[in-house]
Amino acid sequence: MIKFIALRLLQAIPVLLIVITITFALIHAAPGGPFSAERAVPPEVLEALNAQYNLDDPIHVQFFIYLKNVAQGDFGPSFKYTGRSVIEIIAAGMPVTFELGLYAILIALILGISAGILASLKPNSLQDYIPMSLAMTGICLPTFVLGPLMVLVFAIWLEWLPVSGWGYIPGDKILPSLTLGFAYAAYIARLSRGGMLEILSQDFIRTARAKGLSTAAIVFRHALRGGMQPVVSFMGPALAGLLSGSFVVETIFQIPGMGRYFVQAAFNRDYTLILGTTIFFATLIIIFNLLADIVTIWLNPRLRDSSNSNN
Amino acid sequence: MYNARMTSLHIRINISERLLLVLSGIILIVSSTSCSLDWETNVESGNRDGVLHYGNGDEPQEIDPHLTTGIPEFSIQLALFEGVVSKHPSDLSIQPGVAESWEISEDQLTYTFHFRDNALWSNGDPVTAHDFVYSWERALRPELGSLYSYMFTYIRNADKFFKGEIDDFNEVGIKALDARILQVQLKSATPFFLQLLDHHSYYPVHPATIEKFGGMIKRGSQWSRPGNFVGNGSFVLKEWKLNRILTVEKSPTYWDRDTVKLNEIRFYPISNRSTEERMFRAGQLHLTNRVPNEKIAWYRKNDPESLNITAYLGTYFYRFNSKVVPLGDARVRKALSMSINRPQIVEHVTKGGQLPAYTFTPPNTDGFTSEAHVKYDIEGARKLLAEAGFPDGKGFPKLEIIYNTDESHRMVAIAIQQMWKKALNIDVSLANQDWQVYLENESQGNYQISRAAWIGDYLDANNFLDMWLSNGGNNRTGWSNQEYDANIAAAAKTPDKQERFRLFQKNEQILIDESPVMPIYTYTRVFLISPSLKGWDENILDQHPYKHAYLQSDEQ
Repeated sequence: MIKFIALRLLQAIPVLLIVITITFALIHAAPGGPFSAERAVPPEVLEALNAQYNLDDPIHVQFFIYLKNVAQGDFGPSFKYTGRSVIEIIAAGMPVTFELGLYAILIALILGISAGILASLKPNSLQDYIPMSLAMTGICLPTFVLGPLMVLVFAIWLEWLPVSGWGYIPGDKILPSLTLGFAYAAYIARLSRGGMLEILSQDFIRTARAKGLSTAAIVFRHALRGGMQPVVSFMGPALAGLLSGSFVVETIFQIPGMGRYFVQAAFNRDYTLILGTTIFFATLIIIFNLLADIVTIWLNPRLRDSSNSNN
Repeated sequence: MYNARMTSLHIRINISERLLLVLSGIILIVSSTSCSLDWETNVESGNRDGVLHYGNGDEPQEIDPHLTTGIPEFSIQLALFEGVVSKHPSDLSIQPGVAESWEISEDQLTYTFHFRDNALWSNGDPVTAHDFVYSWERALRPELGSLYSYMFTYIRNADKFFKGEIDDFNEVGIKALDARILQVQLKSATPFFLQLLDHHSYYPVHPATIEKFGGMIKRGSQWSRPGNFVGNGSFVLKEWKLNRILTVEKSPTYWDRDTVKLNEIRFYPISNRSTEERMFRAGQLHLTNRVPNEKIAWYRKNDPESLNITAYLGTYFYRFNSKVVPLGDARVRKALSMSINRPQIVEHVTKGGQLPAYTFTPPNTDGFTSEAHVKYDIEGARKLLAEAGFPDGKGFPKLEIIYNTDESHRMVAIAIQQMWKKALNIDVSLANQDWQVYLENESQGNYQISRAAWIGDYLDANNFLDMWLSNGGNNRTGWSNQEYDANIAAAAKTPDKQERFRLFQKNEQILIDESPVMPIYTYTRVFLISPSLKGWDENILDQHPYKHAYLQSDEQ
């Protein structure tokens, strides 16, 4: 197992290098630059700025300088937010995005798994159709529709919750967490229903039934572990998607997270911030996928054995 | 079978119970917060404590006045700094600032400012003429990279210093005769010079603080952070949380502090219009930066008191690239400009009370209103197009309008596309481009027709008309006209207002005859404002000196 993890971590290095190279090439190929503006920029100023940020060096020199700095943990200054380092910006947004992601994923898991189990116990009945059609609606309804809708109902009409913010007024974290959580709850509901259905039809479940175990015991002691495998493998990409994709929810609810930099930095041609956020999210995706694989192996005895024997 | 059904029922109850538990948990959280159902809104608490909650568009890039170009930044700088002079909150006339009086020499080339003795920095140091000399040198040093250095071009030798032709700043026409007398010498008479002094590029910075955090030409120094910051405005920086909030509080050292009524202003960087509108509706903001287009009609009907629409010193227009066929022909450009129905665009497309623009300079720009204007004349336009060799649009090449991605730009472009098709029987296509791609294409002349806008930096027609100088950095149409250039040069040397206006009138006429650009509408500023915010006078620059603003709810 340790060898497996070590190997995967080693693989991550070339993956990150490729990500950096491609991103670097793409942003420098894109038209415009961090200092182009609607008002004409005097050539003297452009020259001075390019010199200050090493943008007057040949592109490969810039690339190697950047790699060297990154290896030393220096992601450079942001071009747009003068005086702020990329690290500073990421450090300010990251805890917020993580917290939002954590609440959302908890909501998604609780709602999704409950609905999925409920549906799988009586397939093709109302108990199946109702949660599944709710889930389908959840998948189809994008957050930029659900978010404003929830604000309208709970914040503006009922005045139960604040319309926006993050930690400013008590309760302002509820609506964004629910909005982001619902979309993923829907996926998780469908996945856990599928996983459970497959497991519930297997021989060992029939054996358990024959032993006279209650359905609750069967579900929670025997079936859940196998039935949750699709959910677990979904969790890696889901967590990464949740964190990097929180842009819309962050915008709707005016949350000072990371998501908006991921998008805005590209529009602003803020080269260092684009690279910084990309590296950050790429690293997260690698870590989450690895964690999901570890849990999958741990949950599935067959995979566990094979990974051991391979090693 | 019977047994299985029983257990299934059992588990259903079991799971339902769990679900119930979760649900009741959620309801509990919701209801625990709804105990504060009647919580005080920001507007209510703000009215009581004198705290203005201000929706300010975007996160400020920086608050250093020599490094920024944006309006959200300027809204904050206006609270934190004060120039040599300031502006009247409603008629925008020049008012004393750091200088309590000034003299202008007869030839209008020398301005001598006398500083008040109680003008202080927020750390208690006196604001001196030497501080201004230092600050303006800083703004002119190309190494710092100020994008507004051209605002200094009217001062003697400022250009030469900026371009590196002279190294000694003493040769530039900016001198401190003593700690309280600042003298400025101009290249030529510049009637709007005092207007410029209230622009953020002319704001002073505290030399000792700048030196402490890396020196005059250090970009991105930490001097403008809370704790380090020193300013001379009516407010001082209190807190700045990235992407969350920037708070300024009343400065105890400001010379006119008795006039200042607000205790704090909180600037929120809200880039999404709909979010901002919802926050306003929930009483979280006194003031928004904009209003979603689709909400304007609703506010007009249901809450007109909160909706503010004021004329704004800016023109929305299309550039025609004179270097491409057939737009090199003035008749074609004029025909295109004559055949769009501007009132229809502002009434049915933009809907924000914008004024149809028939001239490039907005009407009544510091007293100047163009007499020449584009006529809406489809027959005339068809005739011009026929003269240019395209009777009934036959043989007219398919042109393309580029615009930066934005729903309202798209709608305007569609309307114009249809108007041209109907009036002139010509086809144009539309292409939306990412902002940077659009800027690149426009500045490289890589376009046929492009959407554009110009917002005035100072209140004078020159700020609009000098864009179309042959070598103007903002021209980008490839169009040039010697007579036009000569008129602008002559106007710059003319101290007499009427004579300047006469020259500007000539140029407006040239702009109509040659139509290198097609004005579409004059901007309005559309925003939501709480009725409790007073002293927020309407003006064409949408500039509101905060020392005159105060909060008063109607119940009080």
